[in-house]
Amino acid sequence: MNELAAQHPLLIVVLPKIVILLFLLLTALAYLTWFERKVVAHIQSRWGPFRVGPHGLLQPLADGVKFLFKEDVTPAGADKFVYFLAPFLALSLAITSIAVIPFGPKELTIFGQATPFGITNLNIGLLVLFAITSMGVYGVALAGWSSNSKYPLLGGLRSSAQMVSYELALTMSVVGAILMAGTFNLSELVLSQQGNYWWGLPKWNIIGWPMPQVFGFALFFVAAVAETNRAPFDLAEAESELVAGFHTEYASFKFAMFFMAEYAAMITVSCLATILFFGGWLSPFPETPAWAWTRFIPAAAFLLAGLALAAHGIRYLTIFGRIVLPVLGIVLVALGLLFTQPMAVVLVQGPFWFLLKVAVFLFIYVWVRGTLPRFRYDQLMNFGWKVLLPLSIANVVVTSLLIVWVQR
Amino acid sequence: MITPQIAVFLILAAVAVAGSLSLILQRHPIHSALSLVVVMISLALMYLLQGAEFIAAVQIIVYAGAIMVLFIFVIMLLNAGVEERTNLSRLAKFVGVPLGGVFLLEIAYWIGRATLRLGAGPQQTVSTRELSTLLFREYVFPFELTSFLILIALLGALVLARREE
Repeated sequence: MNELAAQHPLLIVVLPKIVILLFLLLTALAYLTWFERKVVAHIQSRWGPFRVGPHGLLQPLADGVKFLFKEDVTPAGADKFVYFLAPFLALSLAITSIAVIPFGPKELTIFGQATPFGITNLNIGLLVLFAITSMGVYGVALAGWSSNSKYPLLGGLRSSAQMVSYELALTMSVVGAILMAGTFNLSELVLSQQGNYWWGLPKWNIIGWPMPQVFGFALFFVAAVAETNRAPFDLAEAESELVAGFHTEYASFKFAMFFMAEYAAMITVSCLATILFFGGWLSPFPETPAWAWTRFIPAAAFLLAGLALAAHGIRYLTIFGRIVLPVLGIVLVALGLLFTQPMAVVLVQGPFWFLLKVAVFLFIYVWVRGTLPRFRYDQLMNFGWKVLLPLSIANVVVTSLLIVWVQR
Repeated sequence: MITPQIAVFLILAAVAVAGSLSLILQRHPIHSALSLVVVMISLALMYLLQGAEFIAAVQIIVYAGAIMVLFIFVIMLLNAGVEERTNLSRLAKFVGVPLGGVFLLEIAYWIGRATLRLGAGPQQTVSTRELSTLLFREYVFPFELTSFLILIALLGALVLARREE
């Protein structure tokens, strides 16, 4: 097997990695919709999806089937080619950007082949991400234009203006973090945040030396929410004004593609926030022997979650739930036991901390959507150009001055 | 002898040429703008092929991601329709196409003459760090001057657009 892998590294190592990551990503997208509906429902004192499967766990599947079997209408007078191109562009760009994200420590060995923990590791990883994000406007703008309808056109116009404006603030706000790391490579960006201060906290960029990037992160996150067209910046699809904005005329799976693109963009931005400001896959605890027990936190988390799920599942309302939930709990417990093995303990550290931090950001995304009302359009533009952009430039200036002053 | 690099270059060149042809021949402004985006991206990939990572990324971010988005934004805002044919455009077909051909041959001739004497350049990846050191140390004066020029052009456009008040 090792020889085979050495001969065809592309086929044996890279291709399976892509397939596995794509499968995981698409599943995550589906369950992110479930997660969002559940969290928003509980914020609003509702139950959310509850009927399809225990706790509505099969709801994404039902939604997918429904999307596939709906009639796919093309509006009269639509520009056919662009109309079909737009959802394809939106989804493919959003999914491509996950390829440069490192999910764990720098190298991983599969069949004797050293390979990055992620699909690829580029020197200009961050720039590639921004390039893909900046291309993401096309999906929305072209969808709005090609539908040959007034509300989509307005939505498309709004979002292209909004995304171009906030892209400036988004790009400027990460410059501080880049200056402190001195690289565009996402893996090296994470490695530059390694270690802990003598007083305990990790040297992540958010509390980094010499300039803690607290402002950088706040600006980045606000700009990112706007860039991904999410509430409270979802003016492209403001349902109270524009029906559904740019995707009003889209039905069936083409609509699902826009939906998935939006959630994929959320995941990418959360990964980026984790990598740039919160130490990526690094554990928050020091690597000294006194803190060696923290390496078993992933196993403990899985064990506890599994036990809790099993205990809850036994008393669930439906018989189906009484079978499924305990089985899921047992699977989690088994995974937790597996993670106590010496091999797995090392392997699971990176992805566990990385995905935990990403999950926190995804929760904040949903929390913000459930809490804040939508901006008015002029407020949005004023905020982007007169608040976010000047502040992010000030952050760059102060950070670079402090770096030069410390190096002196 | 076709190495993978040359093969990729040929494919990208074909895409770029096809994109530019489509840019001229399409009758709808949005389709033309999209063709231009294709040209920009294939150019960026060619830079990548030459080892200029940073330039490639910036080409996509600035040209394909910002400038072309503004183009499309304006076309959408003006709601420009399909272009119309007039007598003058028929004239362009008989005079413009031969003139364009002559111009193309001329450029090809001079570029061919100039590059015949050049050897193969050093094939190496220029790191972003080296590039920025060059820009902000040795060429800092022309670099800043250029940005001032762009700023002045921007202000000029603003003044022209607001004159009526």
